[in-house]
Amino acid sequence: MTENDKALSVKAPSFLDYAPAPESTSVLHLKKHYGLFIDGEFVDGRGDAFTTISPATEKEIASISNANNADVDAAVAAARKAYDRTWSKLSGADRGKYLFRIARLVQERARELAVAESLDNGKPIKESRDVDVPLVAAWFFYYAGWADKLDYAGLGPNPQSLGVAAQVIPWNFPLLMLAWKIAPALAAGNTVVIKPAETTPLSAMIFAEILQQADLPKGVVNIVTGAGDTGHALVNHPDVNKVAFTGSTGVGRAIAKSVAGTGKKVTLELGGKAANIVFDDAPMDQAIEGIVNGIFFNQGHVCCAGSRLLVQENVHDEVVDRLKARLSTLRMGDPLDKNTDIGAINSKAQLDRIRELSDIGEAEGSERWTAECPIPENGFWFAPTIFTNVSTSSRIAREEVFGPVLSVLTFRTPAEAIAKANNTPYGLSAGIWSEKGSRVLAVADKLRAGVIWANTFNRFDPASPFGGYKESGYGREGGRHGLASYLESAGWAAPAVTKGGKK
Amino acid sequence: MTRLTVPKTYKLYIGGKFPRSESGRTYEVATKKGAFLANAALASRKDARDAVVAARAAFSGWSGATGYNRGQVLYRIAELLEGRREQFIDELMATESLSKSAASAQLDTAIDAWVWYAGWADKYVQVAGNGNPVSGPYFNLSTPEPSGVIAIVAPQDSSSLLGLVSVIAPALVSGNTVVVVAHQNAPLSAISLSEVLATSDVPGGVVNILTGSPAEIAPWLASHADVNGLDLAGAEQLEWVDLQIAAADTLKRVLGPVVGVPAPSVERIVQWTETKTVWHTKSLI
Repeated sequence: MTENDKALSVKAPSFLDYAPAPESTSVLHLKKHYGLFIDGEFVDGRGDAFTTISPATEKEIASISNANNADVDAAVAAARKAYDRTWSKLSGADRGKYLFRIARLVQERARELAVAESLDNGKPIKESRDVDVPLVAAWFFYYAGWADKLDYAGLGPNPQSLGVAAQVIPWNFPLLMLAWKIAPALAAGNTVVIKPAETTPLSAMIFAEILQQADLPKGVVNIVTGAGDTGHALVNHPDVNKVAFTGSTGVGRAIAKSVAGTGKKVTLELGGKAANIVFDDAPMDQAIEGIVNGIFFNQGHVCCAGSRLLVQENVHDEVVDRLKARLSTLRMGDPLDKNTDIGAINSKAQLDRIRELSDIGEAEGSERWTAECPIPENGFWFAPTIFTNVSTSSRIAREEVFGPVLSVLTFRTPAEAIAKANNTPYGLSAGIWSEKGSRVLAVADKLRAGVIWANTFNRFDPASPFGGYKESGYGREGGRHGLASYLESAGWAAPAVTKGGKK
Repeated sequence: MTRLTVPKTYKLYIGGKFPRSESGRTYEVATKKGAFLANAALASRKDARDAVVAARAAFSGWSGATGYNRGQVLYRIAELLEGRREQFIDELMATESLSKSAASAQLDTAIDAWVWYAGWADKYVQVAGNGNPVSGPYFNLSTPEPSGVIAIVAPQDSSSLLGLVSVIAPALVSGNTVVVVAHQNAPLSAISLSEVLATSDVPGGVVNILTGSPAEIAPWLASHADVNGLDLAGAEQLEWVDLQIAAADTLKRVLGPVVGVPAPSVERIVQWTETKTVWHTKSLI
């Protein structure tokens, strides 16, 4: 080996080489400890505090209060008082003005929120900066305008708010899920107690500061941090009128059971195993990008991720080859680096689950391919992975992996694609790639899923309803339909019996 | 000499056919004063499961029909009911001890409910759907679609025919198929209604009617994994919270008990639908 060869083998120069470009954390003014946000103030929780870490480095970010039952009681009581005395008495126009203020403050502090989100969650800054936080502002802006127009929401004249809403949100889009929950609830005239996920409470704490800056009446929004026990206490609290949950189907099931007979209105946005169907006449360049965005966006921590790729048999090899080439150019690493495409897996527990299911995929006979990329020493990482030769009965084709793992299956006819796509107890989302409009519309009609993306994937908008069929849950978030989750029609004689007797 | 009458054998209605209960069981239907009227089939768990299979098999065809088509089929039920007035009035008078005018009024209301719901079949999508102005180059449309198979406990306290119609018609409008447990003590008009359904272009399996004990059958329907929705309208006297808990295992959509008979409402149609939102990219020009 010549000297020259040695130099080349050490590091072949590539157009992909780049200098690190980390986003500065100087915009953050984090406290060492965050309390619960109850009745407009930060207060210490009575449970044992826990720390939230950066999943990219495993370094501690802050310590967070843990709400016990008494804290949940206090938060619900504050929300009830605010509902009775303040919020339900305000005009829709004034409720709207508060929401507009919040939208503007989110825009003003957008970079700070994005950095906090990427630090705490592990998602790439280009996603938190360009997707999550702008959508948060858009969500508040959209629902702000609804607050004084509820008569036009399709529920008849003078629809009624429900009261206190208990909301439990997941760790994959911490601040965005908070916005999806809080904005329509407040616009409709409800007050809120919300519990962020245990691993991602940070952006909610900054959001609480924003609520203080907006001078939102105290008690209208209360934030309780903690784990499953806190969430359990919240959704089962006798004085909440509405439960909204986004998370796993298992927990959703438990919530549906626990609220049976209580008369609480429930919306559940649960798991998915979306089919992304690629026909041989698909716009292939866009399809490849769409497939990548469909499953590798946010490290695949997306309930509506296109985790089952259904490719028409005659283009299977082309699609898989191009996918591998594209994935080989993705950069995995520091979430705060502006060039990062794939960030860190949110937690050790989630990483373990992804590894376990991937190993099972291999054991069940699927062929595994993983993009070659350097894995940082600390933190939780999983390189983009594709499984081919996946059978429909394989667990990686049936279960939600919730990670950067794509299962590729094939089909020959549209009827077969539809049958395979619908062959799941889930029904949250699906994708169709074809340049033939008539085929797209016909297939979209037959797919049993709440959101269908045709020649695109993972698009979200506050004006667009989102939610599932079958075991992906019920109710819609977003759009006019999202308001209905937080209102009752004045004329609709709702079933009037509850466990304790007649309402 | 008076003519000896020919009494009817009342059976179940499953998949467009009229089977006896596979269990071979029957129960006595009597007037409120206790006089024997008929032996009705006492449906079993197996009958309930057969009915779900039939309802699932019929779903694709019924939900795939146009709203205009479904509307005409539902309207035709009203037409045929009108033509069989005497039979239904007699049955309601016998089973519910109603005066002729009260029985007639119940039948009129039931017929009018069919007409009202029939008209919704090609309109509810316009009212419950939405074109969404998303911030990007996308066509975006939200459309309600039927949830699937709906299991129903028909109202049990009064108005056996009207109660039944008030819960099955709204589910049928959007294209759901149903399995319904009829009024336990006054099931005769339900079986006669199934004869109307069988001859009025409603495809077999779209409506499946079980007679017998709601307390016995409802748990099997509530826990059945191929049922998408559970209407507990007439379940107030049952352990309906347990039914709701059983339904949560497969995250069924559940509507709780009502007092009396639910009034016609578009909300009851929309309750058994799912909103599908389709995004489509707009190209550059």
